[in-house]
Amino acid sequence: MDNPLIRVGNLVKNYHRGSEELTVLSGLNFIVEDGEFVALMGPSGSGKTTLLNLIAGIDRPTSGYIFVGTDEISSMTDSQLADWRSRHIGFIFQTYNLIPVLTAFENVELPLLLTPLGRVERRKHVEIALYIVGLSDRMSHYPRQLSGGQEQRVAIARAIVTDPTLLVADEPTGDLDAKSAEEILILLERLNSEFKKTIVIVTHDPRAAARARRIVHLEKGVLKEDIKAEDRGSVRLADSTLAFADVKS
Amino acid sequence: MAIPLKYNIRNLFVRKVTTGLTVLGIGLVVAVFLSVMSLSEGLTRVFKVSGSPKNILVLRRNSQSEVDSGIYREQIPLIVTLPGIDRDIDGNPLFSTELVVILNMEKNEGGTSNVTLRGISEKGPHLRPQFKLAEGRMFKPGLSEVIVSRSISKRFKNCSLDDIIRFGSYQWKVVGIFDADGTAPDSEIWTDVEGAMSDFRRVSYSSVLVRTTDKLGQDQFVTALSNDPRLALQAKSERSYYEKQTSTADPIKFFGIFVGLIMAIGACFGAMNTMYAAVSARTKEIATLRVLGFSHMSILTSFIIESLLLALLGGVLGCFLGLLTVKLALSGVTGTTNFNTFSEVVFAFRLTPNILLTGIVFSLLIGLFGGILPATQAAFTKIILALRQVE
Repeated sequence: MDNPLIRVGNLVKNYHRGSEELTVLSGLNFIVEDGEFVALMGPSGSGKTTLLNLIAGIDRPTSGYIFVGTDEISSMTDSQLADWRSRHIGFIFQTYNLIPVLTAFENVELPLLLTPLGRVERRKHVEIALYIVGLSDRMSHYPRQLSGGQEQRVAIARAIVTDPTLLVADEPTGDLDAKSAEEILILLERLNSEFKKTIVIVTHDPRAAARARRIVHLEKGVLKEDIKAEDRGSVRLADSTLAFADVKS
Repeated sequence: MAIPLKYNIRNLFVRKVTTGLTVLGIGLVVAVFLSVMSLSEGLTRVFKVSGSPKNILVLRRNSQSEVDSGIYREQIPLIVTLPGIDRDIDGNPLFSTELVVILNMEKNEGGTSNVTLRGISEKGPHLRPQFKLAEGRMFKPGLSEVIVSRSISKRFKNCSLDDIIRFGSYQWKVVGIFDADGTAPDSEIWTDVEGAMSDFRRVSYSSVLVRTTDKLGQDQFVTALSNDPRLALQAKSERSYYEKQTSTADPIKFFGIFVGLIMAIGACFGAMNTMYAAVSARTKEIATLRVLGFSHMSILTSFIIESLLLALLGGVLGCFLGLLTVKLALSGVTGTTNFNTFSEVVFAFRLTPNILLTGIVFSLLIGLFGGILPATQAAFTKIILALRQVE
């Protein structure tokens, strides 16, 4: 534990349902090391998705702090968070959330529109991201022309195209058949092992959790169990390391 | 960088029926607005371009128009010897003594209307640069002959070439048809002034039209006329005299703007409804864009642009429909009453590039006001709620 990327301390998150106040996270402390692949598990209502959203900067805590790198995102304003997300977070949704009227290429290009990159550089980065997810031949396809597994791979390409600090995924295999889910998990595992991406996923799927190097169990808003899995070997992706070069420059 | 424009354009075409109906609605509103504005423009133009900037109209002091003016014969030599008057190559002063009489005539389509019969002197036509004899010949003095504008000839009975116009015990033969390029004489019948004075037993002319040399001459003439205690007359620039009559178009313009505004409010709600539906259907997309890092302002701008594009399509359709309406259904001349002279003023609908541009701006305003609230709703979508709602 010598290079923490995410530091969460005394994290409390309350929601209001009518006049009733629900405590979803109660004083959570949690650290993720740089380069870890963490699976957040737990029953429905345990607070795992809330924790993921807080770490990704799309929700704000009631109290406590969250540091990602040196940035204390828990004290940022809405617009600071939006800017921060565009530079540091790659989000993978359960239902892919691709923009239906944009092609695979254009969907992946979207986050790059928030960077200073020019058209030619953007194209290069999009092509590499789609190459990594194995969809170089589907660039001009619209989401409706792709299978669920392919859509999720486009969504992963969109998440990695800016070379974010952190990849977060909410049930990334939840809407997929077993074969496609397996492909997505292999891809995530490779992104972690080969490209050293720090990944935090929320999942109910034991196969997904088995791919992670660390499994964190939450229950009723508190950390119940924290298990480190054995390191697994990985398959190198020849030359693709270049994919992430200078995206953030 | 902003959300790409293609995102908005493609979304408009995804919802073909909704987009089509909204575009049609805005298009019809713009077309009606353009039609009314082209009517007002046509009427305004009659007065705005009538006359020559060098011409001065002499009327009795305090009279508002030629109809209630009177200038006695013995005053004419005093007027035409004032300084500043231009002269022809023979050295004769350029002026026309004129008499205006209102005739009540039958229209081709039924009913009657007042028409201006203008008696003019020999130089009358030369003082009006837009005048052109189109058919037949000029009237001859003393023979009860008239020439009729083409517009009047088309709209009133017995006004074609060789017809006889009867009014009470008087009758005049139509010997020529003239054209005045949409200016005031296009609503008139012309005859020789002395014949008309005699026919109607008048002792005074209605006005004297004078051509001055230049701006300096104009000032000299106006000052000399106003300062001459024997005359009790006033001099007005012919252009400003007609421009004052543009008030005839005011009620129409008011009506056009009023109707346009009411319809525009309706069209705003149409655009708003469409945009609310678009925002509601794309809650998940909007939340995703926010997660990716697009700001409130980017989302707001994007949806306002989408609303403007929607309205612009309507505006372009409206211009096309407006052009079609004016070219096909409203292509001829029409008339209304000039309340300064209580006689018919004939004009044509005029759909100018400026009016078309106004139509486009009008449609964009509809888009802007229709789009603001839905775009604000989109921009301030709560990310977590939006994601939870659809997942």
